[in-house]
Amino acid sequence: MTSWTEELTRARLHVVSGKGGTGKTTVAAALALALATGGRRVLLVEVEGRQGIAQLFDRPPLPYSEERIAAAPGGGEVHALAVDAEAALLEYLAMFYNLGFAGRTLRKMGAIEFATTLAPGLRDVLLTGKVKECVNRTGPDGRHLYDAVVLDAPPTGRVVKFLDVTKAMADLAKVGPIKGQSEGVVRLLHSGDTAVHLVALLEEMPVRETLDAVAELDAADLRPGAVLVNRVQPERLPARSIPVAAEGRVDGSRVRDGLASAGLDLDEFTLEGLVDETVEHAIRVRSQQEAMELLRESDLPTIDLPELTDGVDVAALYELAEVLVAAGVR
Amino acid sequence: MTGAFSRLEFDPLLDDPDTRVLVCCGSGGVGKTTTAAALALRAAERGRRVVVLTIDPARRLAQSLGLRELDNHPREVVVEGFEPKGELFAMMLDMRRTFDDMVLTHAGRDRADQILSNPFYQTISSSFSGTQEYMAMEKLGQLVAQDEWDLIVVDTPPSRSALDFLDAPQRLSTVLDGKFIRMLSAPARASGRGLMKIVGTGFSLFTRAVSTIVGGQLLQDASTFVQAFDSMFGGFRERAQRTYELLRSPGTGFVVVAAAEPDALREASYFVERLSAEGMPLCGLVANRTHPVLAGDLPAAKALAAADDLDRSGEAPLAAAVLRLHADRVAVADREKRLLARFTRAHPGVPLVGVPALPADVHDLDGLREIGRRLAGE
Repeated sequence: MTSWTEELTRARLHVVSGKGGTGKTTVAAALALALATGGRRVLLVEVEGRQGIAQLFDRPPLPYSEERIAAAPGGGEVHALAVDAEAALLEYLAMFYNLGFAGRTLRKMGAIEFATTLAPGLRDVLLTGKVKECVNRTGPDGRHLYDAVVLDAPPTGRVVKFLDVTKAMADLAKVGPIKGQSEGVVRLLHSGDTAVHLVALLEEMPVRETLDAVAELDAADLRPGAVLVNRVQPERLPARSIPVAAEGRVDGSRVRDGLASAGLDLDEFTLEGLVDETVEHAIRVRSQQEAMELLRESDLPTIDLPELTDGVDVAALYELAEVLVAAGVR
Repeated sequence: MTGAFSRLEFDPLLDDPDTRVLVCCGSGGVGKTTTAAALALRAAERGRRVVVLTIDPARRLAQSLGLRELDNHPREVVVEGFEPKGELFAMMLDMRRTFDDMVLTHAGRDRADQILSNPFYQTISSSFSGTQEYMAMEKLGQLVAQDEWDLIVVDTPPSRSALDFLDAPQRLSTVLDGKFIRMLSAPARASGRGLMKIVGTGFSLFTRAVSTIVGGQLLQDASTFVQAFDSMFGGFRERAQRTYELLRSPGTGFVVVAAAEPDALREASYFVERLSAEGMPLCGLVANRTHPVLAGDLPAAKALAAADDLDRSGEAPLAAAVLRLHADRVAVADREKRLLARFTRAHPGVPLVGVPALPADVHDLDGLREIGRRLAGE
């Protein structure tokens, strides 16, 4: 299994997608921390108005501005931005049409909602446009302000549509300032500066969806990056016992003798419970292995992230970031 | 489980002829569709004539119900060896077709054609974020009106927030009926009412900017659409209102489904509060896919200490593995209990049932039946 490649090291925009419920936001945050490790400055961006980053870092909702939210080992720092399509549209109108003043009235009338929800693609053009601006922004010294930008993107079902600004642009702007802006976005997203990582769980459906997404990304000439496999459960049983145990055959008397040699004398009921737990564990591990096998078809670098039994808190994000760094993420 | 909580009892609920509609809601990925299907199956096997409306079922689940295509009509579930005491029908929602049917019913033939071919309508009916929720409600209203089933079990769309199911229809009609769209369709009339004056030059500048961005054609289509749709609006809103009333009626019950995870339980909390604010009947919470400890008498610390002993001696690797996986399971179960206890403390009156996870995916009626048993606490 390959891990982080040289090519991925060169990417500056890391897009993170995945089937809903796979822990996309958690993994994106851990990836931002990992990339910031060793003294770099990384921006973590969300675009779906969920305030998932704020919840994850246990902070009040993020305003539409870039805030420093975490320090990374070795002097790095992670900043965060929640991009809001309405705010981006108002910013855009203010920039090109000097219309900032009318924003509140227009919002009250539902005009902003109308424009961002109904015009196909407009929302995505605005959101990706803002992301591009962050990636390209330079500081006073002429160097990029952020060493890397991590985008917590829409789920796999929608991500290609979201990133395929070329198409949205063809539908919308044939002239005008948005055209130039979209062309810049298209160049960035299709260049080696961008990698689209997919978060997967080792279950059949999420893996199939991951493989479909890889094919879709390839077809749209977007670069799949790594598959980040989340919530991998530890395999406790000896490898040869797994297939047998998954079929429900666990040698209860052997378990009992083993336990007895460790001084544990358990009643029949507890022993049965242990055997049942073992069978369930084996079935899960087996389906996890089958999913992993299926995932190999994608031929992408794969990094396993462990299941965190205590749940995800800020400390857990650092733990996941360490795993990513150990797998070569930089 | 710490703290007092009442147990959600499904069998009395499913058997009660006064239970006419069960709505399964919750955030995405918690197992709403499977829960809805399992409840419907159990109700049918206990003698009721049931239809389950699924929104976006996983392929295997759809196949287990014999649903091969999305044809927008309930079909009786015919599977070899399946002979329920009652009857089970299932359907998948086709949101576009439901919307089209509604237009055809409400508008005259000519106007319907005009609306259906409008590009703006096509955008709204296929990609507006609230359409799926709106159409799920519409379909539910139709199924109730057909009066062919004595129990309807409804799955809700896979939105990130459970509240979307209640809010989205409102949002759709806000957009369709909003001031802005009215102004687009009749700028002269709007200016007559003085709206133009309020916004002043900002508005015309804005329409110009918007048409630069979204294209003048879209505004044109929107305007045509609104004019053609105008006469339908009344019926449209009225219908939505009726379905909303139905959701508040005594024959309806909401089943909130959540995984024992902080995000899903937070959504469930919002939803429970909202239902109570709206006076909508809540049956209770399904804590889905829990991992209760099956060997409860063996504490994790003791198991780990024994596993360490065994590892040192190198004997009995199987027993050592069993002890470690047991300790993992205790940790997961403790965390789940902690999270559920927190929910119960915040919502002491909400009945709750934990549904232990099956180790593998459900892909047939036997699997659904097993989940039904777990839902009923068997």
